[in-house]
Amino acid sequence: MSVLIFIDHSEGHVKKASLELLSYGAALAARLGVAAEGILLGTVNSDLGALGRYGVKKIHQAAQEVLNHLDSQVYARIIADAATATGATVVVFSNNVNGKAIAPRVAARLKAGLVSGAVALPDTANGFVVRKNVFSGKAFANVSINTPIKVIALNPNSYPVKEGEGSAEIAPLNVTAAPRVKVVSTTQASGQVPLTEAEIVVSGGRGLKGPENWGMIEDLAKALGAATACSRPVADAHWRPHNEHVGQTGIAIAPNLYIAIGISGAIQHLAGVNRSKVIVVVNKDPEAPFFKAADYGIVGDAFEVVPKMTEAVKKLKGIA
Amino acid sequence: MKILVCISKTPDTTAKISFTQNNTKFNGDGVQWIINPYDEWYALVRAIELKEKDPTTVVHLATVGLADTEPIIRKALAIGGDEAIRVNADSADSYYIASQLAEVARQGGYDLILTGKETIDYNGSSIGGILAELLDLPYISLAVKFELNGTTATVTREIEGGEETDEVSLPALVSCQKGVAEQRIPNMKGIMGARTRPLKVLEPVATDTLTSVVSFELPPAKAGVKLVPADNPAELIRLLHEEAKVF
Repeated sequence: MSVLIFIDHSEGHVKKASLELLSYGAALAARLGVAAEGILLGTVNSDLGALGRYGVKKIHQAAQEVLNHLDSQVYARIIADAATATGATVVVFSNNVNGKAIAPRVAARLKAGLVSGAVALPDTANGFVVRKNVFSGKAFANVSINTPIKVIALNPNSYPVKEGEGSAEIAPLNVTAAPRVKVVSTTQASGQVPLTEAEIVVSGGRGLKGPENWGMIEDLAKALGAATACSRPVADAHWRPHNEHVGQTGIAIAPNLYIAIGISGAIQHLAGVNRSKVIVVVNKDPEAPFFKAADYGIVGDAFEVVPKMTEAVKKLKGIA
Repeated sequence: MKILVCISKTPDTTAKISFTQNNTKFNGDGVQWIINPYDEWYALVRAIELKEKDPTTVVHLATVGLADTEPIIRKALAIGGDEAIRVNADSADSYYIASQLAEVARQGGYDLILTGKETIDYNGSSIGGILAELLDLPYISLAVKFELNGTTATVTREIEGGEETDEVSLPALVSCQKGVAEQRIPNMKGIMGARTRPLKVLEPVATDTLTSVVSFELPPAKAGVKLVPADNPAELIRLLHEEAKVF
C-alpha cells in the first residue's frame, strides 16, 4: 500500500510544484499509515535520492531519454502500471500543465475517481473528501472520491514545501515507450521564474499606457524576486507576450503576493488571480473594482508610486 | 475529415455564485447559461475554420445534458457545425460524462476530437484526458495553436514559462485555449440555419460515477482593503513585510 507521487521535471530540474506535491503526498501517506513513493519518468541533473528530504522513501525511475518529452498516453500507461504493481491506493499529481494532461488518463486507466484542482489534504475521517477550487476561484467544492483507488491533482502554491532529513532509494523501472506525439521544438524563457511557480507576481495593465513603461514593473519585480504578468488588453495589444497574460482566458495563478498596477480588475481578470493569498492594487481610480478584492491598496499615479515602492524594497533588503 | 467538438453548458462568467439545498447544489435561479467559453471560442471556432478551408470536412457537436441544454446547443450550431448530439443525462462526474462522449465518438468514427481546456464552473480540465484514455487516442492539452496538414496535426501547447510544438498523426484529441482561434459572433444566416440542422438525442449508456460533491462553500469575505496614502509607498512595503509577511 502506498501513496504514489508523480515527480514532474523540465530541463533537468525537478519543478517546484513537485516539491510541494512530495510534501503533500508524504503527509497524506503518514495520515493513511502507508508508504510514500515517488515516480519520475526521464532524467534529471540532480541527485534524485536527495528528494528523500521531502518524505519519500523510494522513487521509481524510468530513465529512458525519450521520456524527457511528454506523451500523455505513454506516461499514463507507465504510471498506472506502477500504481498497480506497488499497490498504490492514492496517486497524486500537481495540477500543472503536465499534470492536467496525465492525471485524467491515469484515473481513467485505473477507473479511479479524480479530483483535480485540490487545495488541501483530504478529509479521511468519514470517507475520502477532497477540497477543490470551483467557479474559477469563486467557491470551493468538497468532493468525495468513491473508488478504492483515488487520484488527486493538487493546485500549485496551495501546499507548503516541507523539508526534513533522509534520502530515497532509487528503483529503476524497465519500460518500453513508443510515443505517438513527437516534440518538434520548445521555446522557454530561461532564467525567469515561471509564472505558475512564482511566489510573488507583479502585473501591469492598460494604466501603464504603453510597453515602453514596463521598465518600472520589471525593476519592482527584480527587487522582489518576482515574476512579471499582465492583463488581457496588454497582451492583446502585444505590449507584452501572451504567456504573461493572467486571467480567465490566460493563466490562472495563486501566488503569495499579487501586485496589480494600473489594472481595473474586471471579473475575467479576477478569475485568474483571486486565489492569490495577498492582493495589492495600485490604481489612480478610487472606483476601480479591483480595490474590492484587494488586501492593500494605493490610490495614486503608478508612475510616481511604483519607483518609490521599488526603492523601499531595495532599502529593506539592503540592495544598493 | 470528421471532427467532433465537445461542448458544455456553464453559468455566464459574471453570474453570481450561490448554492441551495444546504449548499449541495449550484443555485441556477436567474443565472444566464452560456456555452463554456473555451469550448466555443477556441475548439468550436477552430473546427469551423478547418471546415471553411476544406468544405468536405464534417463537424459534429456533442454535449451531455438534459433538455434545458438545447438553447446553448442551438447557439453553438449558429456559429457552425453540421449536426449536434445531446446525450440525455444530467452531467454527473467527469468519468461519467467522458464515458458518454466516448460512446458518441465510437459511433461517429472521428479523425479529430476538440475540447476546451476546462469548464469555467468545475475547472476540472479532465474530460479531454479521460476521453482520450477511453478511446486510446493521443492527447495534447492546453493547445495555443493548431494546424492541420493532411492527417498530421501540428499543435503548440502551453508549458511552464513557454511553449512546446508537437506533431501527431490523427486520430487524436486536443484541448484548446486562447490562441487557437478567435471568438465569433453568430450571424443571422447562421442563426436561421441552426434551426433546421439535426440535433440528435441519445439515451446514456450505463456507466458509473466515481466521485460526488458533498458540499460547496464560498470563500470567507475579504476584510476590506487597507489603503496607504499615495505619498508613502514605503509604508505599503513595510506592511507587506511585517504584517502580511509575504516577503
